[in-house]
Amino acid sequence: MIRLPAFTLPAPVGAIVSRLPQFPPALALVAALNLALGRVIPREPLEPLLGKRIALVVTDAGLNLRFYLGPTGFHAGLAAGEPDLRISAAARDFLALALREEDPDTLFFSRRLLMEGDTELGLLVKNTLDAIELPRIDAGDFSPIGLIERLMRLR
Amino acid sequence: MNQAAAPAPARIELVCPAGGLPALKAAVEHGADCVYAGFKDETNARNFTGLNFDQAGLREGIRHAHAHGVKVLLALNTYPTSASFPRWERAVDRAADLGADAVILADAGLMEYAHRAHPELRLHLSVQASATSYEAINFYHRHFGIRRAVLPRVLSAAQVENVVAHTPVEIEVFGFGGLCVMVEGRCALSAYVTGDGPNCTGACSPGKAVRWEQTAEGVETRLNGVLVDRYAPGERSAYPTLCKGRYQVGGQTYYAIEEPASLNTLELLPELARAGIRAIKIEGRQRSPAYVAQVTRIWREAIDRCLRDPAAFAPAPAWIAELNKVSEGQTHTLGAYSRPWK
Repeated sequence: MIRLPAFTLPAPVGAIVSRLPQFPPALALVAALNLALGRVIPREPLEPLLGKRIALVVTDAGLNLRFYLGPTGFHAGLAAGEPDLRISAAARDFLALALREEDPDTLFFSRRLLMEGDTELGLLVKNTLDAIELPRIDAGDFSPIGLIERLMRLR
Repeated sequence: MNQAAAPAPARIELVCPAGGLPALKAAVEHGADCVYAGFKDETNARNFTGLNFDQAGLREGIRHAHAHGVKVLLALNTYPTSASFPRWERAVDRAADLGADAVILADAGLMEYAHRAHPELRLHLSVQASATSYEAINFYHRHFGIRRAVLPRVLSAAQVENVVAHTPVEIEVFGFGGLCVMVEGRCALSAYVTGDGPNCTGACSPGKAVRWEQTAEGVETRLNGVLVDRYAPGERSAYPTLCKGRYQVGGQTYYAIEEPASLNTLELLPELARAGIRAIKIEGRQRSPAYVAQVTRIWREAIDRCLRDPAAFAPAPAWIAELNKVSEGQTHTLGAYSRPWK
């Protein structure tokens, strides 16, 4: 298994991206989540999330992705104000979590992950995602060649 | 009983945590001899939202583990009340029906039930029973036929050895993972602040009582509204428990009860093996599959190396570095095992 290297996005990236509209990347995120919902991500355990506003803050990318779970799936959210749950980490660490290379508690202990708001919801999300049986993926799949190979297979 | 049989080889089982099926499979894949797990309710002491196994998940987990020669131990280690007792009994029944290799119990009443209703089911005494003497362990053995006891993390290595020497019950000790004030089974700190605690509802600092907030002064941790710690930038953080908070005492702010630290007994492995312990437990059913994989792999290698040649055994620096990375607190410690002044 290829381990994800440590990296931080260059500061100018975050500075620029934070000034761009945040809605398009949030739309991309909810599109991906909705593809998984009901298939990879089970719907029923996540029901307590219904109507709750969630924000993923990608600290080094300058992204603040807001969304919520409605009866028909995830939606990008425009609503201002405090989200019910906010999870902040750098892009590398979100990716490592998604790849199951890092344990969220490990990141939390070293202050690389912060969960604010409704901790119960955060635990539910974390434990529901941890309970999903994923096909084995490794960081190599995210290399340009790996991605092209996978796209070719999908055709 | 064959008294003349040669002593069993000094095998030490590696007992690893599983909060869900992927964690269980990670433990199996990376060399656990046993995994321990719980149902999705307050019958176990890691009753956190979204964690643990429903009936179908546990059935699949046991099938998977057994197919790989790994045992599944089911933790039913909280204390029921008279009113809730039948639910705990049903949990014992379910564990037995699903083919769990043992149940880990703390309550004497439940032990009596399990012993009577399922005489073939192996009983392990949970750390939550807080049995620190061989007299206490032998009492449970005499009355309920327990086969293994998990020792609380308050004994020195010499005391562990003394317990092993005076009981027919297999002894399991904690090898790695988070530490707290270690008043297991009797700690009222979480219940005092939140109304819920590990002993009866299975959750120390339940999620619903925990709030983190980034403030101008640092990240604040509150437990049911009570400020238990504030982290300056760069300071390592710990689980949001009352015992690991920093408080103002006598004009100073410090860890007035317990400094967050992790237990890591790798360097004591030869000593523990010589003492005759039968199993080493890794803490952390609340952790993710990534942690279970990392820690299981290292401990498997360490135990195998130690049993091959205990005299030459020394923990590899890379093991220590990787274990430190996943640890709570600033440091790792030998806990009570090492008391050099004794």
